[in-house]
Amino acid sequence: MHEDRLRHLLDLIRGGVLSRRDALRRLAGLGLTAPMATQVMALAGVSPAAAQAPGAEPVRRGGGGPLRLLYWQAPTLLNPHFATGATNQDASRIFYEPLAGWAADGTLLPVLAAEIPSIENGGLAPDGRSVTWKIKPGVRWHDGVALTADDLVFNWDYARNPATAAVTAGSYRDVTVVKVDDLTVRVEFRQPTPFWAETFVGSRGLIVPKHLFERYVGAASRDAPANLRPVGTGAYRFVSFAPGDVLHASLNPDYHLPTRPFFDTLEVKGGGDATSAARAVLQTADYDFAWNLAVEDDILKRLEAAGRGRVVFIEGGDIELLHLNPTDPNREVEGERSHASTTHPALSDPAVRQAIGLLVDRDALEQFIYGRGGPATGNVLNNPPRFRPPQPSRAFSVERANEVLEAAGWRRGPDGIRAKDGVRLRFVLQTSVNAPRQRTQALIKAAALRAGIDVEVKAVAATVFFSSDVANPDTYTKFYADLQMFTTVMTQADPQRFMNQFVSWEMASRANRWQGRNIYRWRSPEYDRLFREAEGELDPIRRADLFLRMNALVLADGYVIPLVGRPRVNAHANALRPVLSAWDNTLWLLSHWGREGG
Amino acid sequence: MANYLLRRLLIAIPSLLGISVILFVVLALAPGDPFGELTTNPAIPPEVRANLRASLGLDDPIHLRYISWLTAMMKGDWGYSFVSRIPVDQLILQRLPTTLAVIGISQIVALAIALPVGVYAATRPYSIFDQVANTLAFVGFSLPTFFTGLVFILIFSITLDWLPFVYRTGIDASGWRWWWEQFRQSIMPIMVLGLFQGATWTRFVRSAVLDVIRLDYVTTARSKGLTEGTVTMKHVVRNAMIPVVTLVALQMPAVFGGAIVTEQIFRVPGIGSLLITSILANDTPVIMAVTFVFAALVIFFNLLADILYGWLDPRISYS
Repeated sequence: MHEDRLRHLLDLIRGGVLSRRDALRRLAGLGLTAPMATQVMALAGVSPAAAQAPGAEPVRRGGGGPLRLLYWQAPTLLNPHFATGATNQDASRIFYEPLAGWAADGTLLPVLAAEIPSIENGGLAPDGRSVTWKIKPGVRWHDGVALTADDLVFNWDYARNPATAAVTAGSYRDVTVVKVDDLTVRVEFRQPTPFWAETFVGSRGLIVPKHLFERYVGAASRDAPANLRPVGTGAYRFVSFAPGDVLHASLNPDYHLPTRPFFDTLEVKGGGDATSAARAVLQTADYDFAWNLAVEDDILKRLEAAGRGRVVFIEGGDIELLHLNPTDPNREVEGERSHASTTHPALSDPAVRQAIGLLVDRDALEQFIYGRGGPATGNVLNNPPRFRPPQPSRAFSVERANEVLEAAGWRRGPDGIRAKDGVRLRFVLQTSVNAPRQRTQALIKAAALRAGIDVEVKAVAATVFFSSDVANPDTYTKFYADLQMFTTVMTQADPQRFMNQFVSWEMASRANRWQGRNIYRWRSPEYDRLFREAEGELDPIRRADLFLRMNALVLADGYVIPLVGRPRVNAHANALRPVLSAWDNTLWLLSHWGREGG
Repeated sequence: MANYLLRRLLIAIPSLLGISVILFVVLALAPGDPFGELTTNPAIPPEVRANLRASLGLDDPIHLRYISWLTAMMKGDWGYSFVSRIPVDQLILQRLPTTLAVIGISQIVALAIALPVGVYAATRPYSIFDQVANTLAFVGFSLPTFFTGLVFILIFSITLDWLPFVYRTGIDASGWRWWWEQFRQSIMPIMVLGLFQGATWTRFVRSAVLDVIRLDYVTTARSKGLTEGTVTMKHVVRNAMIPVVTLVALQMPAVFGGAIVTEQIFRVPGIGSLLITSILANDTPVIMAVTFVFAALVIFFNLLADILYGWLDPRISYS
């Protein structure tokens, strides 16, 4: 992008030549949004990188009475290293804490760490090969034992042991954790690693006590009594747990933040369905908070009208994408359709892809189908703000699409469907059974027909579509259709893992049992090169720029069409003040939740 | 009698084995994988999944898995839940009290409605009472529980705001308040199930009584000058109850099995909701244990019904 000018500006700020406000204005002049400009400055060491703790500091601990949370999926276990699924991670998060968590703006907030490591405080090695974490002194487990560096080293040992079968193994197996002193550990990487905040951070970085788990490493891990009776460092202590039903906890009087938490008791009730969960918070106020409301916005608005609670939308990186298949789904090569060696007879023409892009009315999707649950976007990479490129045009124009197709030689046949050299513009658009998706399909089909493209819609049951069943031809990873549509999730505040789904070596194929992450079948040597570069790029600005260029590259080819973002949807009682983030668990900062007037 | 019992119990063994083989094979062949979620999560390395499968014995051939399941079951080890990572019997025991309380009471409610209404309606066939009872019964069992459940919630929780629609275990109250809260939250699921079951049984009781009441021996009893009440209670109902007992006895395993739909709507943590979440999560050991116990109970209650026949009708003898 404008890397040189950016750098020049940042030097001016550092040297005191330019005030922060002027700098922000001039960065905006370079096409950077305000949040992104702030982040660029933060990354360059011009302003503090760590997120500020939200809300006013309370005066004393407790006094908030009961807090009742409703999850329509019930937690089933309480060991963070075994926690599959958001519900179990959330339930574990009540008791266990990581060194740092991801705030809503995609920055790190220290929890058990004394500070966020940076080059300035000596926490980050300049060569990117290690990060040194200082643990907050005086933190105690719920049973009174002190938290030390030994606990952290133990978690690394525990999780990376293949026999433990921990789902967190991926965050630990490629690093080495070394104890420096009682309150300091160093995480060492095999190669320079720009994204160092993976181990001990966020939902997969929760720390369990060594003194209760050390006898249960490896195959014995499932016998640990603490798997169901957690002893952590969190703001709430364990009271009782019925797997699949309800979890009770109470205030931790010894919590490491002197004035927190606010609520005296905590109840997490599970089960049921999303709509009635929304009802129990918004309409009858039986519960204070309901999690992950996959409910149509119209219904949520109607429930909100009761005036007892409100719905919050937290923006993350999850996005509903329309995929145009670059390969031929109707030709079988080596027992596999949509084989990487084939090319699609019609979609390989850039004009056809451009026309389809013009026929998707994203603003209508937001306005009439997804509502607040789906802001229209033209970018693949949308968040966190520091990686957000300027919004490209999202023009919807049937006339333009007709012109483009006409100019490329696609002529209408007697039935109104365009064809060229015997190839007709007739596509199958597949997705999962889900009301908003079927309405989106109908919208695209209607617009496409006006441009002489015949779209056949196909909806597959979600359990089949999203399964990893190798024998089933209708799964999303097989992509045996011309077009398909579903939500791609972004699990981290860093885009590296998210953008890795477009690299050529991740292509889903028969050879990797369709487990490769590149389901799009799209590939570009230029993209691969940029990705490799970003993997080792230690300079945050240059790295952010690389990701923005990758985003542009994906968009330029037109095989992937972004539709709407999918923010996280939760509901809470009017007076409740939850602290939420799309980059971490829902309960990532439960210690800071409060009630208005309390 | 003892001979008969022994014979029946011996016959039960091969049927239980057969049931367990069928259940096991069906579950093993069913698509889906308890660790499906792990495959789609890019952060979890594939070897973790492989280790998990190996540690839970999922990679063994099916007959070996069956034999190890069977021997463990005989030793009282019900298996180990993939999802909760705790023994299955703990999971089931946790759910049992709520299930027995809610479903059990609903069955009692159903009987309390069906017996008097059915008998009274049958003694006065085609009267106004009979017509009304019949119509209501017809409506009652035509409406599925998920519908009546939602209607109840709409009326009593949302419009009137009288009753909570989320069932909570561990109410933080004691004494009368606890009982009151428990009553408030249980009444809707109990009534939804009880009314549905009661409606079905009412029609059944009515027709059973109607069959008997026309027989000659009833006329004889009446002509002896017995009061109508004695005739109905001693001579009619006792004989009419034989088919009803079968029906009720066969319904009893359902008390254990819970009511999947109603439990889901009211979030009652019963065995039905355990079964459905386990099915959705492909938690085979739990599905296997619940369905197998269910099968064993069906066989047991069948036997019990047969024994009850002998008591109700002395003409039936098992010697």
